[in-house]
Amino acid sequence: MLKELWNDAEGGFHPAGAADFLPESALRQVQLTRLRAVVSRAYDHVALFRQRMDERGLTPSAIQSLDDIRQLPFTVKTDLRDTYPFGLFASPLGEVVRLHASSGTTGKPIVVAYTREDIAVWSEVMARTFACCGMHRGDILQNAFGYGLFTGGLGAHYGAEELGATVVPVSGGNTDRQIMLIRDFAVSALCCTPSYFTHLIERAGELGVDLRALPLRIGIFGAEPWTDGMRDHIEAAAGIRAYDIYGLSEIIGPGVASECAVQEGLHLFEDHFYPEIIDPETGEVLPDGAEGELVLTTLSKKAMPMIRYRTRDITSLITEPCDCGRTLRRMRRIGRRSDDMFIIRGVNVYPSQVEAALLAVEGTLPHYQIILTRDQGLDQMAVEVEVTPEVFSDKVRALEDVRARLAKAIEHILGIRVILRLVEPRTIARSEGKAKRVIDRRHEGT
Amino acid sequence: MTLQQLSLFLENRPGRLGAPLETIANAGINILTLSLADTAQFGILRLIVREWDRAKQLLEDAGWVVNLTEVVAVGVDDRPGGLAAVLAALEGAELNIEYMYAFTLRRGDKAILVFRFEDPVRAIQVMKERGLHPVDAEELFNLTT
Repeated sequence: MLKELWNDAEGGFHPAGAADFLPESALRQVQLTRLRAVVSRAYDHVALFRQRMDERGLTPSAIQSLDDIRQLPFTVKTDLRDTYPFGLFASPLGEVVRLHASSGTTGKPIVVAYTREDIAVWSEVMARTFACCGMHRGDILQNAFGYGLFTGGLGAHYGAEELGATVVPVSGGNTDRQIMLIRDFAVSALCCTPSYFTHLIERAGELGVDLRALPLRIGIFGAEPWTDGMRDHIEAAAGIRAYDIYGLSEIIGPGVASECAVQEGLHLFEDHFYPEIIDPETGEVLPDGAEGELVLTTLSKKAMPMIRYRTRDITSLITEPCDCGRTLRRMRRIGRRSDDMFIIRGVNVYPSQVEAALLAVEGTLPHYQIILTRDQGLDQMAVEVEVTPEVFSDKVRALEDVRARLAKAIEHILGIRVILRLVEPRTIARSEGKAKRVIDRRHEGT
Repeated sequence: MTLQQLSLFLENRPGRLGAPLETIANAGINILTLSLADTAQFGILRLIVREWDRAKQLLEDAGWVVNLTEVVAVGVDDRPGGLAAVLAALEGAELNIEYMYAFTLRRGDKAILVFRFEDPVRAIQVMKERGLHPVDAEELFNLTT
């Protein structure tokens, strides 16, 4: 199995992949050695970490076993904002060769830094990601993640080159050109956000291009949560295998975890990123298999180590061995982020719940958007759903029935009333990056 | 014997009706008749055009969801009681009429009733048995040009 997964076109073996198959005891030893080093590094070079550890009377020597990590304080997103731009760097700028930043929709962006060694680690984990998804030397990867401050584009680029694949650095957007290149270059793998690929499938249909007839065989999708329903749709419509990958800029970018051929959970590259699952309310570490918030510690980052970073992503760890032979633990696919959650009339709502309801009624996921408004102090939730040829009818009664069934399915899951509006096709904005599913207008001009 | 009717989904807000009509007008396609069903939130535009296949393609290319339905057209005398006579003839045949609309011809003294039946084939059979005159596409467009 191991050989099969790592075979490239000439039967070679990529050396970075060895870490995927370490015996558990060796892996834990690597983790402990690296954890002790990174905690020392953070303590010695980052004022915030040192101050927080001092407050608790901790020194780096407190880390004698992996479980000792639980004594360390958490790091949260606002810590990155509060120390903007360079306050959490553990390396002098002379050693930093790259900066990335989040889009910064709320206030200041968050900035992340990489030394040359960090870039090498990032390239390695992304090469392992692509290999996990069945890519090898000889593959042509169209990289439709955005190049620039966003980590997706360059992260995937360096990883694919490290693997030895041929990269087409097309970046995001210009869908017609994307489709032309897929066809003309006989592209065999493509990476982007799942919502953008759904848009690409739609556009290919309009242009009369049958993606299933092209050599494209692997889709690597990340940067936003997506459902198994979307995967089924993508795999059937494009004739590919669609893999989920996971990462976040604060930790490294893409390359934290990846699905393998088994497609049951994402292998965490835990020789570089140490995972814990905590109760998001109490901060308590939960036992294996329990669902909670993923917390990650970077084990080898130099420029910007992260100690127990709270990702806000809700998942659980799978400790059972995987059929692919990798010994790396898996995390379940991220269905929801505690960040995406919104509260309406006291009810916690995740967009994925709305998605599940729409999928159940229509069979495939239509384009939709959730709009929150406030009317005389009362919160309203509207869901706009684009009409598809599958549900459209010339009969008013039949359409009213579709609308009622959609509303009912959502209300059944959420337990609150929603306004369901059917809208014309292509009226909901398509994303070329992360899909914007929720528009909150509750604080506008009221 | 049936006619092809195009239906489009429209949102019920200002300006939505104009766009699809413009699309087919620009292609030089004339609309024989139309009907608009509306609810508070959305509308369904139903069109009868001679070149329905070309119109359908144009509208779909422009992004509308278009549905193709078989409807039945019947010619009646354009006088008081014309429609009532047709409905009376259909009574008791247990034909379910989903909806209907009517228009008069430019020349002559005929009106055309357009019916959407659950089962158009049986409806045509019943109409013929009861002395009504369903018109097919060729006949209808000859009458109107």
